[in-house]
Amino acid sequence: MAEMDTSSGGGHKKGPGVKKGKKLSTRVDLTPMVDLGFLLITFFIFTTTMSEATAMRLFLPKDADKPEEQNKAKESGVITILLGKDNHVFYYEGTLKPDGSNFKSSNFKEIRTVLIDKKARTPEKDLVVVIKPSDDCTYKNVVDILDEMAINILKRYALVDISDSEAQLVKISDQSAAAGQN
Amino acid sequence: MGRAKLPRKSTNIDMTAMCDVAFLLLSFFILTTKFKPSEAIEVKTPNSVSSKVAPSENFVQVILDKDGKVFIAMDKADKKELIANALNTTQNLGLDVNAFKNAEFFGAPLGSMASFLKLAPEAKKGSLLPGIPVKDSANNELVTWMRVIKEAYTGEKEPAYLLKGDNFAKYPAFKAIITAFKKNDILKFQMITNPEGAPVGTDLWKKGQAGEKSEE
Repeated sequence: MAEMDTSSGGGHKKGPGVKKGKKLSTRVDLTPMVDLGFLLITFFIFTTTMSEATAMRLFLPKDADKPEEQNKAKESGVITILLGKDNHVFYYEGTLKPDGSNFKSSNFKEIRTVLIDKKARTPEKDLVVVIKPSDDCTYKNVVDILDEMAINILKRYALVDISDSEAQLVKISDQSAAAGQN
Repeated sequence: MGRAKLPRKSTNIDMTAMCDVAFLLLSFFILTTKFKPSEAIEVKTPNSVSSKVAPSENFVQVILDKDGKVFIAMDKADKKELIANALNTTQNLGLDVNAFKNAEFFGAPLGSMASFLKLAPEAKKGSLLPGIPVKDSANNELVTWMRVIKEAYTGEKEPAYLLKGDNFAKYPAFKAIITAFKKNDILKFQMITNPEGAPVGTDLWKKGQAGEKSEE
C-alpha cells in the first residue's frame, strides 16, 4: 500500500549511450510520520480540557435587624480575616486590641495553617470565621478565602463589612508591606 | 533429523494502516475541538475546589468584569419579555420588547437601555459599554433589575442565580451585587469558578479520600 509501483512496466528501452539512472526505492519509512501523528493526538487529548465551569454556592444570611436575633459568637472562638490590597491577608483572634498587638500579617499560603491551627484549638461549636474584605481587595481574594473555608471544612463563617478603624489599619499595613518589598 | 526450516520473514511492517488510523484520530480531534467562542464580555473566573457543575439552563447570570462593570444575562426568552414589559410599565423606558428578547445580555443604565438595545452587535462589547450602575449604594440599579427578574419568575421554579466575576474585579462591586441580591431576598446564589483539586493533606482532601461525597 505504501509502496508505489516503480517497475516501469517493462519495455521502453533507452537508446545506446543513455545512462540508466539508478533505480531508487520509493518506499518511505512511515514510522516517524506515525510517531508525529500520535504525538499530535496525545497533545490534543491532553490539552483539550473538559472545562465545565463549576459553581460555588454561597448562602447569604438574612440581615437581622434586632440585636437579639443576631448570632452570638464566643470571643475565644472567633478569628477575623481581613483582606487587603495586593493579596495581603491579615488576621486577628478574638477582638482587636486597641494597640493592635494581636493584628497579624499573613498571606494566602500561610492562612491555611493558621486556620487549621485555630480549628484544632477550638471546640467546633465555638469556631466562627469572620471575613472582612477591604475595598482594595479583589473578587479573586474573596473567592479564594471562601474556598479556603471549603478546603478546611469550616462550616461557620461570615462575610462582614470592614469597620473604619480596621480599614485604616489594613491600609497602613498594606503600605508598610509594600515598602518592605522594595 | 530434518528440521523443517521456517521461511525467513521480513520484519518490515506496513505502517500505512497505522498511519491512517493515527491521522484519522488526529483530524477527528482537531475538528471536534471547540475553541472557546470569543465572548462579548471577557471574564477570567477564579478557581475553587467546588466540584458541582454550574447549571446551564434556567439561570440568571450576573457578570462582573475586571473593571467592576456589571452585566446581566439570562436564557429564557419568555421571561425576558415579561421583564421588558415590566420595565416599560414601571420605569416608562419605552423598550423594544423584541430587541430585548434577542439581546444576549444587558449592560446599561436603565435610562439608556432603549439606546443600548438599538446598538449594533459589534458595539455590544463589554469594554465599550457602561454596565449597570451599582457603585452608588443609594441608586443601585441592580436592585431594580433583580426585583423585576424575581417578579417575572413568581409562581415558578426559581432560576439559578449565578455570579460570574473576574479575578481582578474589586470587592466594592461584588458587595454591591450581594446587596442587590439581599434586598430582594435572594439568599442563595452560586459563583462560577474553574475547578481545582483539593490540596493534599487538608481536611477536604481527607474527606475525599475517605470516599465521602462533598456536600456542596
